[in-house]
Amino acid sequence: MAEKKNVSRRDFLKTSGIAAGALVGGGIIGGVIGANTRQDTAAPSGGSAGQSGGAEATEAVRGLQFFKNQTEFAVLQQATERIFPEDDLGPGAIGLGVPFFIDHQLAGSYGENSREYMQAPFAVGEATQGYQSRLKRNELFRQGLQKMQQEAQSRFEANFVDLEPEQMDEILTAFQDNEVEMQGATAQFFFRLLRQATLNGAYADPIYGGNQNMDAWRMKGFPGHRPSYINEIESEDFVEFDPHSVGDMLS
Amino acid sequence: MATTLDKVDVVTVGVGWTGGIIAAECTKEGLSVVGLERGQERSTADYSMVHDEYRYAIRYELMQDLSKETITFRNSRDQKALPMRQMGSFLLGEGLGGSGTHWNGQNWRFLPYDFEIKTMTEAKYGADKLPAEYTLQDWGITYDELEPYFDKFEKTAGISGEDKNPFWGKRSSDYPTPPMKKTPLLAKFETATSNLGYSPFMMPSANLSEAYENPDGQQIAACQYCGFCERFGCEYGAKTSPEITVVPTARETGNYDVRFNANVVEVMKEGDRVTGVRYMDTVTFEEFIQPAEVVVLTSYVLNNAKLLMVSEIGQMYDPETGEGSLGKNYAYQILPGASGFFDEQMNVFMGAGALGMTIDDFNGDSFDHADLDFIHGASLSMTQTGSRPIASNPLPPDTPSWGAEFKKASIENYTRTLSVGGQGASMPHRDNYLSLDDTYKDIYGVPLLQLTYNFTDQDRALHKYLTERAVEIMEEMGAKTVVGSSPLSDYDIVPYQTTHNTGGTIMGADPATSVVNNYLQHWDMENLFVVGAGNFAHNSGYNPTGTVGALAYRCAEGVIKYSQEGGSLV
Repeated sequence: MAEKKNVSRRDFLKTSGIAAGALVGGGIIGGVIGANTRQDTAAPSGGSAGQSGGAEATEAVRGLQFFKNQTEFAVLQQATERIFPEDDLGPGAIGLGVPFFIDHQLAGSYGENSREYMQAPFAVGEATQGYQSRLKRNELFRQGLQKMQQEAQSRFEANFVDLEPEQMDEILTAFQDNEVEMQGATAQFFFRLLRQATLNGAYADPIYGGNQNMDAWRMKGFPGHRPSYINEIESEDFVEFDPHSVGDMLS
Repeated sequence: MATTLDKVDVVTVGVGWTGGIIAAECTKEGLSVVGLERGQERSTADYSMVHDEYRYAIRYELMQDLSKETITFRNSRDQKALPMRQMGSFLLGEGLGGSGTHWNGQNWRFLPYDFEIKTMTEAKYGADKLPAEYTLQDWGITYDELEPYFDKFEKTAGISGEDKNPFWGKRSSDYPTPPMKKTPLLAKFETATSNLGYSPFMMPSANLSEAYENPDGQQIAACQYCGFCERFGCEYGAKTSPEITVVPTARETGNYDVRFNANVVEVMKEGDRVTGVRYMDTVTFEEFIQPAEVVVLTSYVLNNAKLLMVSEIGQMYDPETGEGSLGKNYAYQILPGASGFFDEQMNVFMGAGALGMTIDDFNGDSFDHADLDFIHGASLSMTQTGSRPIASNPLPPDTPSWGAEFKKASIENYTRTLSVGGQGASMPHRDNYLSLDDTYKDIYGVPLLQLTYNFTDQDRALHKYLTERAVEIMEEMGAKTVVGSSPLSDYDIVPYQTTHNTGGTIMGADPATSVVNNYLQHWDMENLFVVGAGNFAHNSGYNPTGTVGALAYRCAEGVIKYSQEGGSLV
C-alpha cells in the first residue's frame, strides 16, 4: 500500500497523452506459450494474477471455498479439462486454474443465484421460458458432479477421475444429450452451465482465480485491459500486445 | 402509513435519458423537479474498473437485480407465463443513467416512413399488404415535426457522424462532431457494399470522435477505442450518457433533486388528474408519497407500462377484441446477419460501441416490397465494437462446442471472424402485448408485468430476405466461409438478442388506439406524461435511443407548456 498515492494508469494517460503501446510492462511478467505445463503455472515465476507492480509478488494460496468433498472437486477438474484441454497452444482448464475459479464462483452470488428471481411457485415451462428450477447453481453443480461419478461407476466400474479421456467424453456427451436423469433440472442444462463456467474461468480476468498468468488471453490474442487503442485502431496489420489485468488499475 | 412530502412541480420516475432530459429542460425553465431513481448514484469515477468482461458483460454488474423484480413471459396466450428468472434476451438497466449508461452509443433517427407507416404502406401497396392481425398504425407525428427534437438531442449528445445516407430524413444541420475513424475492417465493408451498388456511411455514434462541449456547457471526452462499451460505463466520459450531460445540467440550476433507492410502486390519482406517486425506500422499506403538479414516467419501456397498469390508468388492451390501448403493440427486433471466416488475423478486440458502417438500402421502404411478403427491413451494419474472449468463440460449421477441436477452432477464429448484422424492424401483431401477471409479484408486493410475444410470419420473411443480403455482402468481403443466421423459430427469452423492447404505451392521434398524444401526454390524465420507447407504435430497423431522445425533448416542451397553460396540448 506504500504506493497508493501514485497516479493511476488512466490518469497518467489522460495527462500525458502517451501512446498506449509504450506502456507494455508495468509489473506484468510475460509468459511463454507452450512453456506452461501444470507444474510451471504453479511456480512463482508464472506472474502475479491480481497483484500489481510488486516484483516480489507472492504466489496466492489456493484453497476451496465451496466444495467440501475432494472427490467432487476432482471430478470438476477432469471434466473442465476435457471441455478445455491442454494442447500445443497452451494450458487447459486445470493449468489455467478454472476449477478453483468455479469453486469460488459457486461460493458467491453466482452460486447462490442472489441477483435472480427465485420466488415460488416453480413450474416446468417451455424451453423458450428459460431456467425454472428451484435449485441454485451450487446445488446443481454438486448434484451434477455426483451424477458424473455415478455414471463412471455404472458404465465403467471406476472413479470418474481414473477413466480414459474417451470414457470421460462419453459421459459428458451423455449429459450434453440429456441422457442422464437429474432431479430438479436437466442434465443438458447442467452441461451447458458447466461448459460456460469453464469458458468463464479460462477467459475471465485473472483477478477471479482462473486464466492463470493470463495464458488463455495469450493463446487467443486478447490483450485484456488496455486503456486505449487510439494509436493502433487504424493499423492495417494485426497488433500483438502483452496482456494486462484490470488489477493493474489499483496501482 | 406513508409519509407525504412537499409538493413539487414535476416528479419523474427513473433517471436515465428521458428523466434526465425532462429534468434539464424543466429546471432551466424554473420548475422544481424531483427524480426518483430506484438505483444508485454513479459517475465516471465509478467506471474505472470496467475493463472486466466477466463482471460487467457476463455477470451483468450494471443491470437490474432480478431478485427484486422481473417480468413473466410466454410465447402465446395458451401458455402459462413464467418468470424470467435470469437475464437473457434483453438487459434491463438500473441506477443513474439507466440504459443510457450501458448502451453502445449507436444513435439513429427513425425514418420518415416509420412515423406514417400505415398511411404510406397502404398508399403504395394497398390496404391488404399485411393481414389484419398486424396492428400497424401511424405515430401521430411526422418526421418533419420531430426533426428539431432529433437535432436537439444530437447536439446534447455531441453525436459523431456524416450526412451521407441517401435514405434517411432531411437534417436541419450536420452532425455536431465528425465521424469516427474508418478502420481497415470497416473499409472492407465499405468496399464490398460499394461494389454491390449500395451506399455505405459511417454509423452515427455517441462515442465521440473528438472532445465536445454541448450547448448546456457539459464536456464530453474523445473516444479511446478501448473496446468496452455495451454493458459497460465509459471510464473516459467519452460515451455520452445522462450522468455526464443532462443530469449535471439539471443539477446546476439548483432546481433538481435526485432521490436514490426510491422505487415507485403507484401513480396516485384523483378524478381525471394524477396527484403524485407513491414510492418505497429500497433500503428501509419506508413508504413515501411525492405529490406533484405533473408526473412523468421516465423508466424503461416495461416499467412504464407496469406502473400505468397497477395504477389502473387507461384501458387495458384486449387481444380478443382489439380494444384498449395499454399494453398494445409490444414489439422487439429480429437479427438477420452473416458471419465470415477469414485467413488473416484482425484487430477485432479494438473498437467502440458505435464504431461501424451501415447501409440502409434494405431498411424502411428504400427498396420495393411489391413482390415481397413483408414490409420494412433492417439497417445492415458492420461494427467493430471490441470482441471479448468469454463471449466470442466463433466456430465454423460442424465444429464441436467443447473439447480439443473446439479449443483450437475458437482460438483460431477469434481474431479471424467478422459479422454483418441487421437490426430487423418489428411490426406489431394482435397477439404480442403486455399485461399484468396474476401469480408472480415483486418484493414490494406489486404484480409482475407479463409479456406475451412470439415472432411472426412477417418477421420470418424479413429475416430470411435480409440474411440473404448479409451473406452476399460477406461473400463480397472475401470471407473463405460464410454462415448466415439460422431461420427464426419461436422467440426464446434465454439467449441475448437485443435490448430494443418497444411499445405498450404507444403514441398516436386517436385516444381509442393510443395511450398518449404526440406530446406524450396521457389521453385520460392531462398532467401525466409517459415517455420512452414504449411510445413506439412499431419498432424500426435501428437502435431506439436517438428517437427516444427526440421524444423526450418533445415531451419536455409539452410539460413546460402544460405547466404554463394547462389543458390538453393537442
